[in-house]
Amino acid sequence: MPDFATLRSRPEFWLAGVIVILCAALSLSTPSFLSLSNFVDLTESYAVQAIMATGLFVVLIAGGIDISFAATASVAQYVAALLATHYGLSPFLVIPAGLVVGTGLGFLNAALIHYARVNSIIITIATMNVYFALLMYATGGHSIYNLPEWWSERVTFLQFETSGGDLIRITLPIVVMVVSLLLCWVLLTLSRTGRQLYAMGGNAEAARRIGLNISKLQFFAYGFAGFMAALAGLVQANRVGEAVPNALYGTELSVLSAAVLGGASLLGGVGTIGGITLGILLLAIIQNGLNLLDISPYCFEIITGAIILASTTLTALSVQSRKRSRLVEEAPIPEQAHV
Amino acid sequence: MSENLPVTGNKTGHSASMTDLAAPFRRLFPARVSGQALAALALAIGFSLIVPGFFSLGSMRSMMFQLPQLGLLALAMAIPMMSGGLNLAIIAIANACGLAMVTVLGHLPLAGHGTGYVGFCIVIVLMVGAVLGTALGGVTGWLIVRTKVHPILVTLGIMSIVEGTSIWLTRGEVVSGLPALYGQIGNASLAQIPLAFLAFLAVAGVVHLLLQHTAFGISIRMIGSNALATRYSAVDVDRVTIRIYALSGFLCFCAACLMLARFNSASAAYAKSYLLVTVLAAVLGGVDPNGGFGRVTGLVLAMIMLQLIATGFNLLGFSDYLTLAIWGLVLIGVACAQSMVKKRR
Repeated sequence: MPDFATLRSRPEFWLAGVIVILCAALSLSTPSFLSLSNFVDLTESYAVQAIMATGLFVVLIAGGIDISFAATASVAQYVAALLATHYGLSPFLVIPAGLVVGTGLGFLNAALIHYARVNSIIITIATMNVYFALLMYATGGHSIYNLPEWWSERVTFLQFETSGGDLIRITLPIVVMVVSLLLCWVLLTLSRTGRQLYAMGGNAEAARRIGLNISKLQFFAYGFAGFMAALAGLVQANRVGEAVPNALYGTELSVLSAAVLGGASLLGGVGTIGGITLGILLLAIIQNGLNLLDISPYCFEIITGAIILASTTLTALSVQSRKRSRLVEEAPIPEQAHV
Repeated sequence: MSENLPVTGNKTGHSASMTDLAAPFRRLFPARVSGQALAALALAIGFSLIVPGFFSLGSMRSMMFQLPQLGLLALAMAIPMMSGGLNLAIIAIANACGLAMVTVLGHLPLAGHGTGYVGFCIVIVLMVGAVLGTALGGVTGWLIVRTKVHPILVTLGIMSIVEGTSIWLTRGEVVSGLPALYGQIGNASLAQIPLAFLAFLAVAGVVHLLLQHTAFGISIRMIGSNALATRYSAVDVDRVTIRIYALSGFLCFCAACLMLARFNSASAAYAKSYLLVTVLAAVLGGVDPNGGFGRVTGLVLAMIMLQLIATGFNLLGFSDYLTLAIWGLVLIGVACAQSMVKKRR
């Protein structure tokens, strides 16, 4: 059990505190907030973004950045939808095909970043434009509405009625989100590859010199991001019952803010899956709370921006003040993993 | 670094030879920029041969009308990039300036007054916009300096706040109500050359002088190369950083002026898709995304290349999306070629 001082220095701790305070305030001001059905609803509405965030998170840990994931998700979703409707393939072919397309586009990013040695933000902005523009060109912007039933039908894993009479449905998006988060946690904390990704993100040159296969790790990170993006795309089509080529376009920066809110560093090597989960939860609760409080939805963006600035600033300032106190004390404190 | 800094002190070594006559020219157009100029020329000639109607006054004029807007936004993006940062708030700041100017102009009693009075009011409103853009940029820079958070995050937060405020105040609607005089000036031409294009060239020229011939400009690229070394060279890095983002904000205001003239209105959502394209344009123009390198001549030539591609393929009947894809592919190609050249050295 970590003591309070170490706990206090973790961004997850502060984030959890903010969420608890926010929840308390919201449940006092609106009676409908603190109910299981509301919580399930807000989780479902942010499930797709959460799945994409896990992929982006792995890339951030590896010391890169991926802006192209929303475009990747749209391409994979549309290709799968086309295979399902136009060619009438079975789900056992369509779903793997979509995931393979996403992973392939991720590999393409990795190849450009690793072999051409170009800054990852530049390459992924370029590929985002290429993927998305080619998709819009090829489809003419038309949506696919006639998805087969196995895809568009709402899949409910668990259904029950609360004592208040609300019907609670644990649907596919929530289950996929939870599985993705768990998978990502296992990958990053328990697997050898995960620890190597942290090492590479912390210091790529040091990782190379201790014999890690950097190219393999790069391909893994961006391939994983592509895979998760494709999964999010497929789930999104299930949620809305259609494949819209530009539905996910424009979510790049909000997913990035969720990841950063959760304490992932843009410099790599820092961040936990719990932090990401809390970051997404915070954004979801704010939006949900604003809706319930009947505050203009136009305010949402302002509040998101203010929270991003406030949380990154506070984290940075607390890190700085700790550095300063260390200098004064001249006592070597072991470096925190997330500094 | 040395290629990019103006040679100020050691001219004596060259001045003996006659070839030195070309030195100022070479300084303005180093090898990389000459390559870009050749590529732009090749594109222009190629399209003129393939596309009927490409080499005409009409298409040249339409290119000159379209280029300045993205050009100014790319400049606003490029200057923070030269210092190793990034400004994701440029579109939000430009739209905020545009909205502020339209709103103020709409509330002034202009009807029934003479041109002189209306012109005076427009100048006042332009000053309001300039102050707003510069101030928003300055606040961004101040936050970056004070918090030492990565500029991507700070500008992301500022973008959300500024854009959110614009949306909140306008309810996401388009605001119009500009006096006719504004549109007349904004869409006027001088000897067949659009005034907007001349304004872009003038702004780019001033920024070029600022970057190449002032201590401020050299400090920008020094910070991009090595901020700590710059600080040890007695440069006030914090103050320069604030000025970088203030300048970027001012350039957003310049872009807002042109957008107002072009759309005859302002909105919180205009040009949103340009945000990441400006990063591509800056990199294509030779700005190093890690900071330290970049010049305005390269950027202007890159803008001309992108515009030639856009207009050429548009005349060929290609869709806008295909043009965007081709822009992305061009950038990937250029970036790969650059890194290969670097590796061979």
